[in-house]
Amino acid sequence: MDVLYAKQQTNGMLLKVENLQKHFPIRRGFFSRVVGHVRAVNGVSFDIRRGETLGLVGESGCGKTTMARVILRLLEPTAGSVYFDDVSIFSLGKQDMRAMRKRMQIIFQDPYGSLNPRLTVGSMISEAIRIHKLAHGEAVRERVVDLLDRVGIPAEHMNRYPHEFSGGQRQRIGIARALAVAPDLIIADEPVSALDVSIQAQIINLLKDLQEDLGLTFLFIAHDLGVVQYISDRVAVMYLGKIVELGDSRRLYAGAQHPYTQALLSAIPSLDPANKSKRVLLPGDVPSPANAPPGCAFHTRCPHVMPVCRERVPELKSTEENHQVACWLYHQ
Amino acid sequence: MFTTETSETLRPMDGAKRTENLLEVTNLTCSFATDEGRALAVDGVSFSMRAGETLGLVGESGCGKTVTALCIMRLIQTPPGKIDGGSIMFRNQNLLALSEREIRKIRGNEISMVFQEPMTSLNPVFTCGYQVEEAVMLHQKVGKREAIERTLEMLHLVKIPDPKRVAKSYPHQLSGGMRQRVMIAMALSCTPRLLIADEPTTALDVTIQAQILELLQSLQEQFNMAILMITHDLGIIAEMARRVVVMYAGKVMEIGNVMEIFHDARHPYTLGLKESIPRLATKGVRLKVIPGKVPDPFDLPPGCRFSDRCKFAEYRCDNESIAIREVSENHWVRCWKDIRED
Repeated sequence: MDVLYAKQQTNGMLLKVENLQKHFPIRRGFFSRVVGHVRAVNGVSFDIRRGETLGLVGESGCGKTTMARVILRLLEPTAGSVYFDDVSIFSLGKQDMRAMRKRMQIIFQDPYGSLNPRLTVGSMISEAIRIHKLAHGEAVRERVVDLLDRVGIPAEHMNRYPHEFSGGQRQRIGIARALAVAPDLIIADEPVSALDVSIQAQIINLLKDLQEDLGLTFLFIAHDLGVVQYISDRVAVMYLGKIVELGDSRRLYAGAQHPYTQALLSAIPSLDPANKSKRVLLPGDVPSPANAPPGCAFHTRCPHVMPVCRERVPELKSTEENHQVACWLYHQ
Repeated sequence: MFTTETSETLRPMDGAKRTENLLEVTNLTCSFATDEGRALAVDGVSFSMRAGETLGLVGESGCGKTVTALCIMRLIQTPPGKIDGGSIMFRNQNLLALSEREIRKIRGNEISMVFQEPMTSLNPVFTCGYQVEEAVMLHQKVGKREAIERTLEMLHLVKIPDPKRVAKSYPHQLSGGMRQRVMIAMALSCTPRLLIADEPTTALDVTIQAQILELLQSLQEQFNMAILMITHDLGIIAEMARRVVVMYAGKVMEIGNVMEIFHDARHPYTLGLKESIPRLATKGVRLKVIPGKVPDPFDLPPGCRFSDRCKFAEYRCDNESIAIREVSENHWVRCWKDIRED
């Protein structure tokens, strides 16, 4: 264990996810018989280096949020393992898990739904500090003031309730609450999707500043590819519970290899009216994860589909340095 | 490049009575009664649209985009809402002066609307086919059999793969993209001259959004229909619109053709909006942000609505209200200063 620990430290890996799966049973009838499974997360592996931002993109229903919840162990996995700082978190007991939770926090999309409407901002943030016994007495208050200051909320607003704040401010409060326990990893699940562009930019800048000042590691989940490109060092693209492409952000956006990533990128409206994007239009909708197609899950919509795609699942393999693709076009 | 187009266009602000414009909104003002007083949602909005063109209406939440659309549809519920003034000339008749009976002949028939959330705008207890048939029968005075035929034709036109099956389905059985197609089929069933699309793709994934935008563009050509595209996404504006209206806190801040808005914007708010888009920023460089937030509708600033967030603001911006002015042909800006993009 010690040897492994030392090795991991030099690699600087904070989070390592191996073959993670989460299947939800579909129950029908009087005896709630299990008639099938929704394979929300279906064998995902990746790692995040300390201080890095990994962006995770994909359309609704591809399993992004489920994966975030399994990593935090808010949901129990079906299979696979998650190592946080080289500790397998699924083998931890309740006590140890609570200590571990302090090191990984989440920011949600809906900044209103995720704040308790009956708690003042001050009590909401200090609650976490007290539960994890990070400070006592007057030090708690000082810490709350410091946190609010850091996220740009005037400290005198400490005694206000969530409804008294705007959407952008609520998201700042959500961030302050996540920071209260001094975490290493923050999973940000669509943190700016509900916000207007001008407010979105403020929150993105705030997250960047916090990362620099506190050395945070981010798993940044979003469906807006523009935001992900800007904020991430590396980007993973998910489709139907699997990662189909993973690579350095610049490289992935400049030279996407997987046909799905290519279509996804071409679908973003161009911001130059003189140079409208040439869209690769995908036919149809995303298939249901309860009934995913055999072989490569994308073959039903893929413009380059080959016979092998219908039968065998392609693995995520390196095609160049820092770039992995799961597609039969690239490995025979 | 735009000389041939602009020379034909009548100026949006001159208030000419008879025009070739399809739609001419002049000085539209609308407010809502609330417990805290009257909130001014739309304040003196003027713009015009020609037949067959796409006009983009862009702004952040609460800027009055949707209320403007609802005024055009005469769907403002009174009370609490009230259209306080102005005129909406559609094919040279003032929609605001029409009786409820008269407006019904236009609404849904000549002007149609597609909403953001297709699930809540379709009735969950009727099949999709029934709902389109209903619209057809109501507006086109045809029998049931003909309506069913026309419905299948429309569902086919919006590129629904299996129209017969979809016609028999209930809204919850369809995906978001399919539902939005049904909404579009319903809105287009009477071949309107003007389609108001209020954030039609905001609830959809980006690949489905691309499908819907492509569909709207092809249908527009087919029917020579004007589209009022309401969105907060400048990318959609760049793809779809020929001219753009930028709104902020109930007022029009800038009107120009799409090239001017993207390459020669003159209002600090328009500039700020563009600068805050991560996709246009260089990686690793801090995003330029518009500080603060939109003003409270009960406590609007006396001068320019944007002055407290504007980096160019000076004394008169905070204190004197300002009229919109034409900086070049058909390019209107509501700003004292003459700023340019660097």
